[in-house]
Amino acid sequence: MATGLIFDIKKYAINDGPGIRLTVFFKGCNLSCKWCHNPESMSPKVQKMYNASKCIGALSCISNCPNDALIMTSEGIVTDFNTCNLCGKCAEVCPTKAFEMLGSSILISDLMKEIDNEAVFFDQSGGGVTFSGGEPLMHANYLLEALKACGERMYHRVVDTTAFSSQETLLEVAKHTELFLIDLKVMNSEKHKEFTGVSNEKILSNITELAKTNCEIIFRIPLIEGVNTSEENILKTADFMNSLEGNRTVVNLLPYHNIAENKHLKLGHSTHFEVFETPSEAKIKEIIKLFKNKGITATVGG
Amino acid sequence: MKTVHTAINPERPASAEGNFYQPITSAIGPGMNERIQKLRKLSFETQPSLSIERALIQTKFYKKNFGKYAIPVLRGLNFLEICKQKTIYLGEGELIVGERGPKPKSVPTFPELTCHSVEDFHVLNTREMQRYTISQEDIDTYEQEVIPYWAGKTMRERIFNHVPKEWSRAYEAGLFTEFMEQRAPGHTALDGAIYKTGMLNYKEKIQKELDKLDFLNDPEATDKKEQLEGMKISCDAVIVFAQRHAELAEEQAKKELNPQRKAELLKIAEVCCWVPANAPRNFHEAIQMYWFVHLGTITELNGWDAMNPGHFDQHLTPFYEKEIAEGTLTREEAKELLSCFWIKVNNHPAPPKVGITAKESGTYNDFTNINIGGVERDGSDGVSEVSYIMLEIVEELHVLQPGNSVHISSRTPNRFLTAACKVIRQGHGYPSIFNPDIYIPEMLRQGKSLEDAREGGCSGCIEVGAFGKEAYILTGYLNVPKIIEITLNNGINPLTGKRASIETGDPRNFKTYEELYNAFKKQLNYIVNQKILVSNYIDSMFAKYSPATFLSVVIEDCISKGKDYYNGGPRYNTNYIQCTGLGTVTDSLSTLKKHVFEEQNFSMETILNAVSKNFEGEEILRQTILNKTPFYGNDDYYADAIALQVYNDLFEAIDGKPNTKGETFHLNMLSTTCHVYFGKVLEATPNGRLAHKSISDGTSPSHGADTNGPSAVIKSLTKLDQTKSGGTLLNQRFLPSLLKRDEDILKLGSLVRSYFALGGHHIQFNIVDTATLYAAQENPEDYKDLLVRIAGYSDYFNDMNADLQQEVIDRTENDSF
Repeated sequence: MATGLIFDIKKYAINDGPGIRLTVFFKGCNLSCKWCHNPESMSPKVQKMYNASKCIGALSCISNCPNDALIMTSEGIVTDFNTCNLCGKCAEVCPTKAFEMLGSSILISDLMKEIDNEAVFFDQSGGGVTFSGGEPLMHANYLLEALKACGERMYHRVVDTTAFSSQETLLEVAKHTELFLIDLKVMNSEKHKEFTGVSNEKILSNITELAKTNCEIIFRIPLIEGVNTSEENILKTADFMNSLEGNRTVVNLLPYHNIAENKHLKLGHSTHFEVFETPSEAKIKEIIKLFKNKGITATVGG
Repeated sequence: MKTVHTAINPERPASAEGNFYQPITSAIGPGMNERIQKLRKLSFETQPSLSIERALIQTKFYKKNFGKYAIPVLRGLNFLEICKQKTIYLGEGELIVGERGPKPKSVPTFPELTCHSVEDFHVLNTREMQRYTISQEDIDTYEQEVIPYWAGKTMRERIFNHVPKEWSRAYEAGLFTEFMEQRAPGHTALDGAIYKTGMLNYKEKIQKELDKLDFLNDPEATDKKEQLEGMKISCDAVIVFAQRHAELAEEQAKKELNPQRKAELLKIAEVCCWVPANAPRNFHEAIQMYWFVHLGTITELNGWDAMNPGHFDQHLTPFYEKEIAEGTLTREEAKELLSCFWIKVNNHPAPPKVGITAKESGTYNDFTNINIGGVERDGSDGVSEVSYIMLEIVEELHVLQPGNSVHISSRTPNRFLTAACKVIRQGHGYPSIFNPDIYIPEMLRQGKSLEDAREGGCSGCIEVGAFGKEAYILTGYLNVPKIIEITLNNGINPLTGKRASIETGDPRNFKTYEELYNAFKKQLNYIVNQKILVSNYIDSMFAKYSPATFLSVVIEDCISKGKDYYNGGPRYNTNYIQCTGLGTVTDSLSTLKKHVFEEQNFSMETILNAVSKNFEGEEILRQTILNKTPFYGNDDYYADAIALQVYNDLFEAIDGKPNTKGETFHLNMLSTTCHVYFGKVLEATPNGRLAHKSISDGTSPSHGADTNGPSAVIKSLTKLDQTKSGGTLLNQRFLPSLLKRDEDILKLGSLVRSYFALGGHHIQFNIVDTATLYAAQENPEDYKDLLVRIAGYSDYFNDMNADLQQEVIDRTENDSF
């Protein structure tokens, strides 16, 4: 049976597609966007989070660590990742959940149990299941099994993806998906590479092919001042959308928020994250207008 | 000379009785037009005061007449005397008329039930919160005229002179409360009968029953005669009361120079001449009809949870539709009349309490609850244009009273649910949402007919009954976490060291969880029996000494049975015990089951010690409990199974116990605000809750115990078969950001539909304000459930860092997500 590394399952998710949803967050992403608000989703491995503000100095983590990888410092507990083998014992014994393990392999059958528990909310709201991440397409086999199982149960399926994968995988997933949420981060390929680690040709050609299917697509732009808020980028985005088959005219604008900083710190990333600027209300209004002139409905949030 | 009484008279805060509501402090709402704005402003700004008028009339009457008549006739005549003599009021701009006291927000006293002392008045006059003003002159008069006569004769003294020691020690420990010690049993809501039957018709009906009495073969014939005579006199009393308003209106009209107001006054006179003597003919008369009946019942006695029109929208709809079709009423006029009614209800704060309760009580709310929507008697959808008008009024007026609720069955249109959710988004805490598809089977299970059950709804908080046909007496709250506490202390109240209940063994010697649970169950049954014992006594006292002869006129079957509302006259007669703290109890049992008996992480001794010193120096233990125990409200089978067991055992302990009216007690799961008081009389509890902090409310999870979002909470609650109770309560906290977009409103509606599809009884949403968010920063563990939405993303407030929390607080203030 395929496995997929999952770091969170969120219930009453109301921002990830129509109705009330359950969102499954896969761990691991093949992009590394500098503004990513889920930095814990980037690494495809199990990780450990330490929240110093929750630590009450019980020290049971230190006494229970089989590898002596933990030291008490004035800043709280520090993990020596050279000796830590991520066994999770510290998280198990911590009374306050200051240590938490991120990422676990969940059997499809167990995942479906969790999902089935929420069925009434899907039925009543026209909601369903959203697969997000990280990058769900990195776990294609597992994802396909889960999508098929959801399909059998008539749950509405959403895949939230960067579309950075082999075209074959994407189109296979598309056969079992009603709606894609796809980020159009920035149209300039060099800039795309600078900020996400990969260029966007593959993404754009994948989207072009995906648009030929019957799947619904909603585009999302994480609006970041100085990265993708220029008139030029917005117009190019609109032109790209208009070049697609089908009527692909819905885009959600997600203004950047510095949510990630705290998470970076908990993951032990000390400095290598950047803080960006949120676009002004006026700028957002302008962007909505630019899209409107191109026949595209842009709304904030989603 | 003052008489000294030795009655057992336990002193406790009035918040103990649960009628403790914070006043609304928000700015004055817009109101629909100048008239409504003025009336609302007056109602909002008038300081509640005490009127001794009713007490004086009544005392004089009792002095002269007590012993001359049978009690029901005496009560009827007493009511008539009050209606004849009391000062009546007709204020500027009013369209709906009548006040219980001599002016708005002036509250009479009811010395026959409980007599305020001079000291009580001084306290009420000077306390900081929710003051009731009274002049020194009135206090002096009361001391001379009223207090001496009632000394030793009040219902309260009758009750406390009687109660057994076992009851008192449990009561004093705070194991339960007793509603009826200061007020008469109330809980009354009406059906549609009064819109088809005037008081003259009722009198005819009563006369027919009188004529039918068979003194040869019916041993109760004399009792029935006395009761029916009293009821007949009560009908006259409200007719006289209305007639006096008609005369006052005519008098004012004569002097009125403004032709528009003059016409209004003449119209008022016409309406008051017609109703309540006759059945109403139009929308205006229908509202005034109800209002006179309402005033009658709350003047006659001060029934707990005063009075309630029931499905008011359904009752008014035929009048509305007829008049709209005929062109004699516009939508605006209808809304204005209804707004006038709303303000009238707000003019009527609850009568204040006596004893120490006077000091602490914050009780302005008389718990009138307007039921909006729901289903009709034939099962069809009950939503009409009047329902939408009412929602508009709720949103525009936002006054403390009346409370209101929307009733959403599977056949209720989404348009109505969405309109209600939009009002909820405003964050005034109203309306609460009820599920007829579940409360109808609840009532069927209790033996009501299908039609009567459909016509039912909620009366004050979340308890349901068959409107117009049932006496459903809330007898008081049961402090279920306190029962755990005395179980863990072998029957001793640890706060005082005094015995509060029977011995069920030292828990340190319990070998298994089952042993512990059985001890708890034994305590539970014992305490419930103590409570019922005294409840039945109180019910008998009211039936004997304080019949409600007017209320009996308008509640069906009292006339045909010739019996009083308090004496089994209504078609259905239910007693409820309201159980509180299911979350606290479940989480405490879960803690002991897992950590002591199953995993042996801690000994019973360790936990009991930690609890007794309020977890001081035991933070690691406490955090382990808080973070590593399955808690109720997370769709977790381990915890939910315990909740279910407790719920079922509460049901077994209460449901089916006989009351004095040939019917039975039932289980209710409401707490109103009593969970605050119950928390105050509790030490720390094994679930990590600190001493004197409030317990969980209704059937909601403990604060901060639910960390998997609202859908998981709903899944936990619906594992209980809610049809076994007469009401459950679920409070959900929501940040305004989760309800920003219209799409979010629809999703909230779907959440409600989901809960109801699964068998939920009631849900209400508290839209969190910035004060709550600051509190969440201070005490994060009580607020683990707060979910925040930031464009395209949501997270728990607790998981955010301080900067982001501050941003959320700022945005909540400015409502700009």
